[in-house]
Amino acid sequence: MLRFIARRVLMAVPTLFIMAVSVFALIRFIPGDPAALMLGDMADPAGLSDLRERLGLNHSLPVQFAIWFGNIFQGDLGHSITSSQPVLPLILDRFWISAKIVLIAVLFATLVAVPAGMIAAWRQNSLLDLVLVGAATILLSVPTFWLGLLLLILFGLKLEWLPIVGYVSFSEDPLAALLYIVMPIATLFLHEMGVLIRMSRASTLEVLRLDYITHARAKGLSEGAVLMRHAFKNAFGPTWTLIGLVLGNLLGGIAVVETVFTIPGLGRLLVDSIFARDYPVIQGCLLFIAFVYVVVNIVVDLLYPVFDPRVTAE
Amino acid sequence: MARTELLQVEGLSLVVARTELEVVKNVSFSVAPGEIVGIVGESGSGKTLAARSIMALEPPATRRAGGSIRFEGKDLAQLPPRELRRLRGSRIGMVFQEPMTSLNPSMLIGRQLDEGLALHRDLDAKERRALILDMLRRVGIKDPEGALEAYPHQFSGGMRQRIMLASVMLLQPALLVADEPTTALDAVVQRDVLELMVELTRARGTAVLMISHDLSMVARYTDRIIVMCKGEIVEQGTTQDLLRQPRHPYTQKLLAAMPRRLPKRDLSTSVQPIVEVRDLVVEYRGRQGFFRKESGKRALHGVSLAIKPREVVALVGGSGSGKTTLGRAIAGLLDPAGGEIRFGGRSVRRGSEDWGNYRLNCQMVFQDPYSSLDPRMTIADLVREALRLVPEMGHREKVERVSEILHDVGLGDAFAGRYPHELSGGQRQRVAIARALVRRPAFVIADEPVSALDVTVRAQVLDLFADLQQRHGFSCLFISHDLGVVEQIADRVIVMQDGRIVEEGDRDTIFDQPQDPYTIKLLSAIPALEAAANGGVRLRWRFDDMPQGDVATA
Repeated sequence: MLRFIARRVLMAVPTLFIMAVSVFALIRFIPGDPAALMLGDMADPAGLSDLRERLGLNHSLPVQFAIWFGNIFQGDLGHSITSSQPVLPLILDRFWISAKIVLIAVLFATLVAVPAGMIAAWRQNSLLDLVLVGAATILLSVPTFWLGLLLLILFGLKLEWLPIVGYVSFSEDPLAALLYIVMPIATLFLHEMGVLIRMSRASTLEVLRLDYITHARAKGLSEGAVLMRHAFKNAFGPTWTLIGLVLGNLLGGIAVVETVFTIPGLGRLLVDSIFARDYPVIQGCLLFIAFVYVVVNIVVDLLYPVFDPRVTAE
Repeated sequence: MARTELLQVEGLSLVVARTELEVVKNVSFSVAPGEIVGIVGESGSGKTLAARSIMALEPPATRRAGGSIRFEGKDLAQLPPRELRRLRGSRIGMVFQEPMTSLNPSMLIGRQLDEGLALHRDLDAKERRALILDMLRRVGIKDPEGALEAYPHQFSGGMRQRIMLASVMLLQPALLVADEPTTALDAVVQRDVLELMVELTRARGTAVLMISHDLSMVARYTDRIIVMCKGEIVEQGTTQDLLRQPRHPYTQKLLAAMPRRLPKRDLSTSVQPIVEVRDLVVEYRGRQGFFRKESGKRALHGVSLAIKPREVVALVGGSGSGKTTLGRAIAGLLDPAGGEIRFGGRSVRRGSEDWGNYRLNCQMVFQDPYSSLDPRMTIADLVREALRLVPEMGHREKVERVSEILHDVGLGDAFAGRYPHELSGGQRQRVAIARALVRRPAFVIADEPVSALDVTVRAQVLDLFADLQQRHGFSCLFISHDLGVVEQIADRVIVMQDGRIVEEGDRDTIFDQPQDPYTIKLLSAIPALEAAANGGVRLRWRFDDMPQGDVATA
């Protein structure tokens, strides 16, 4: 087991390294001089060369990379050009906001979608199945920003139950904070539920066909026991992997939803810093998103043997 | 009828819910307490559906359209689900075909065994555990305590089937429904498991309803046989009568389709072998991961054999014996780690001068006709593709040759434009044979070419193969685990075990006077057939009187 974990974690190292190289290279490929950009129209040649010196831009690219990479290891992602804040704390602050929304949405989506998908598969081709699959397909096909806008119009403007824009942190006012993030969560929840229902249904169908399910029924087990005890664990594997991918995706990229609801999350930070050509922040965000993606998927992989003991055997 | 029946099925009909197609038609049969009854039929005969519907376990796509199922005086067809569930497992047990999927892969064996017992019997955990351990011991699991804490994938197919049997017999049901209980197993393991099943059920007076496509296997163990064809029961009677005097043409056809020994062929013995293999060694490379290196496995330990022109040499052995590896290595699909392959007296090896010629002259037929044909190519394209590397043939000539060979395998031009999915398994295997023979090869390697086919289809394809072999005169390495088929078709037999040849000789010598204990064990796992009058047969168990040596079970 320890070896399985160690192997899986070590396998992520090359991925992260390649990601770091790509992020670094990407920024270098963009024409223009960061130093000139940072000083703006106030630049005089002496100040420029001074800043270039400080930023390490005088070194060759490999050396620049080495310095940058070394700094990352010390948790130093540089400073924002626009706000002069250190990048890492900035990212962590914003990430926490996004993560709250994403985790809650995906958690609820899983809790609803997995049983729904299993029931749909259990009663395949019934009216219930048709309704569930139909709903899932619609949810899946609707773009999140549009779904978000619909919710805004309904609950924000028509019914006036919920505030329309803004964000309040939990530490300030827990109740208000809740009211502000309900709609973004609902948007993501509905959208991801569609994907997860379909996945859960498909893998349950696969499993229900197998002999051990018939065997379980032939033992005299009730349908509930057959589904819960025998089908669930075996059918949940593929859905679990999908949850990992969805989480990884969302944690880095709910910019659209954050824009619709004007929430200061990680996605917004990335978009804003791209508009502002704030290179250290862009680099930091990209790297951080890749890191989160990899970590989430490692955690998902490490938990996979819980559902399928055959995985560790390999 | 004077006897009291345990199970009485009357006029059972099943239809496919969407098309109203009747897949089981008015089926009636009965099973007396302690009796062993076999249902025999080919795929699509409805035998599995009929058996599963006893406990209402037919797939949801089918619906019961009529009939009654009386078990211990109750009509199961009228029973509410709750009542039915009380009978499932406790009074009627079920064993499944595929040992790889019939146990839940993510649940400990102990829990799976305990589940049924906890549900139906009023025992505490300690008593249940004692019962389970006792039962595991009886089915021959060496470390029962350890098995409880293990997952199914940690056991071989034969062991899983034993565990399955233990799980069902724990509750001492009055009736055991065994759906192709050993089809996926080696002949030797199959016999062990079946004997165990019969022994266990006899000891507890459990009746068995055994479903199988294998008439000889069913005949060995049953008191009565029911023959099904296309959803109907065509004949039923005591096993003895049915074998000796089959009345229905379909039963006669089934019996006639069972492989039997043909007269020995006359092959001139003095000629040079066409294919020679010397000290062939094949190793599977170990996995080379990032962090560890698994050592490779030697699959063949220096194997030598020779095949003469026109000769059919059978390669037999259990799974893991290396027979398929050997076939693939000779075909050039695997690179040997050592040894030599000679063709027509000259050494061939990938890249050698004669390699191209050898590849044209050595063709292969694979086991599974469903996966060996590209589903997106027409039959004619599939067969013609084999001619692509023959430079001296023009397009027209190739088309003619394809048409000719399709006629030869009994398909004809009508099939040329069709796709594989439009063909039955037997027809597909004919295409595979046509594809191998269209180049007129001197040597054909057939890897279990008929194992995936139904009994009657198998007989037809085997006849076709023998006929083509006579006419075209190619040599053949015939790889098979089915000794019945081998007995019918082979001139010479080579027996393999663990990557080595343990015995080789004339077909008649091997089948009548085997020397090696492993050969004896293999042979004793399959019955011998002797023709009787009226198209009937007599079954004989080979070497039953011989002591069973301590031969390792595969």
